[in-house]
Amino acid sequence: MKRLALVMSILLGLLLLKGTADFPQFGDPNSPASAGHPNSSEDSHVSVRYITEAYGETHVPNLVSAILADYRNFDTMFETTVVFTAGTAIFLILRLPLGVLARRRSKAEMPRTLPPLARDPILEMACRVLFPPIQLFGLYVLTHGHYSPGGGFQAGVILGASFILLAIGFDLRGTLSRLPESVYNPFTALGVAFYIGIGLLCLVLGGNFLDYEALRQVVPLSSQEIRSQGILLVECGVTVTVGSVIFAIYTNLVSRGLHREGL
Amino acid sequence: MSLIQSGFIYWFFVVLLMIGMYGAVGKDNLVKKLIGLSIFQTAIILFYVSIGFKNGPATIPILQGGHGEPIKDIAAASYFNPVPHVLMLTAIVVGVATVGVALAVIQRLYAEYGTLEENEILDKIANS
Repeated sequence: MKRLALVMSILLGLLLLKGTADFPQFGDPNSPASAGHPNSSEDSHVSVRYITEAYGETHVPNLVSAILADYRNFDTMFETTVVFTAGTAIFLILRLPLGVLARRRSKAEMPRTLPPLARDPILEMACRVLFPPIQLFGLYVLTHGHYSPGGGFQAGVILGASFILLAIGFDLRGTLSRLPESVYNPFTALGVAFYIGIGLLCLVLGGNFLDYEALRQVVPLSSQEIRSQGILLVECGVTVTVGSVIFAIYTNLVSRGLHREGL
Repeated sequence: MSLIQSGFIYWFFVVLLMIGMYGAVGKDNLVKKLIGLSIFQTAIILFYVSIGFKNGPATIPILQGGHGEPIKDIAAASYFNPVPHVLMLTAIVVGVATVGVALAVIQRLYAEYGTLEENEILDKIANS
């Protein structure tokens, strides 16, 4: 079986290596991915259009943010839904059968608690000092994502990581008493709901789904400014979902769904 | 440099993909399979990001001077292709979420069967 897998991988690799001979040169600005078919006019390619027109249409210098949350916002909505689904799946796989239902079934068969970890004042102080700047940096990455590398997904991961730092530096139970499951689990859904709600609001106001220009009837801004603000709104939804799902994945995996002892 | 430009860099992604494929198919341990899948995914992410690279005076797809006066005359050749970056940005986060789900399934399997070796799990299922 192992030998078969090795032969199969090498055969696939040789096939792909043969295929790389037909690839465009590395870094070629006129490659099909960056400039379209050589026979067509250059302006017709979507990548060229994004680079040259996106700033004039959205006033967002970070083209990645502009494409992610404006031109391709349907794609991003479903990516966020995938992250939410992953959080829900982990809840259903680990937390429900091993944690909630198992506790209800037999209280006597609970695994014995581990001896308490030795408290380290240096470590706890370091976590205490680091926690607020990390969260502030997460919010900066979210709100400054229009102008520098950043955006909803990155900010969500940073916010989730700040709570994971608390759970590692102190203990899981103490962290869960500050951010209980009944808070972060609804937030995984709230972020997606907020994102879809923005889309529905645009629909109700007479535009297309997630067409931010429809919001101009409520907020009197120029066409470019309202698209810029719409990007920020949906990125907030993405941040809430990603941050809480990252923390949910950590807490459930590290405690095997029991939420009693962490690492 | 000419070796890199001639497509040599794609070989690196192919080799990574082969390693990941062998790990996902050839290994018996489920965690090792998952590591193989992650390497496979990394190869594809690196490949996509490399597609966006442009030689010459190009830079990252964040317009220069975005804080000041309105930007005019943006040339497509002076910025990397942003589309692969967008696709891979979401793919990385979704990859983390799916690895989390896979680890949750692995934990459940371990709680159920007490082992992570695929053949031993299959034996226990056949004998039960």
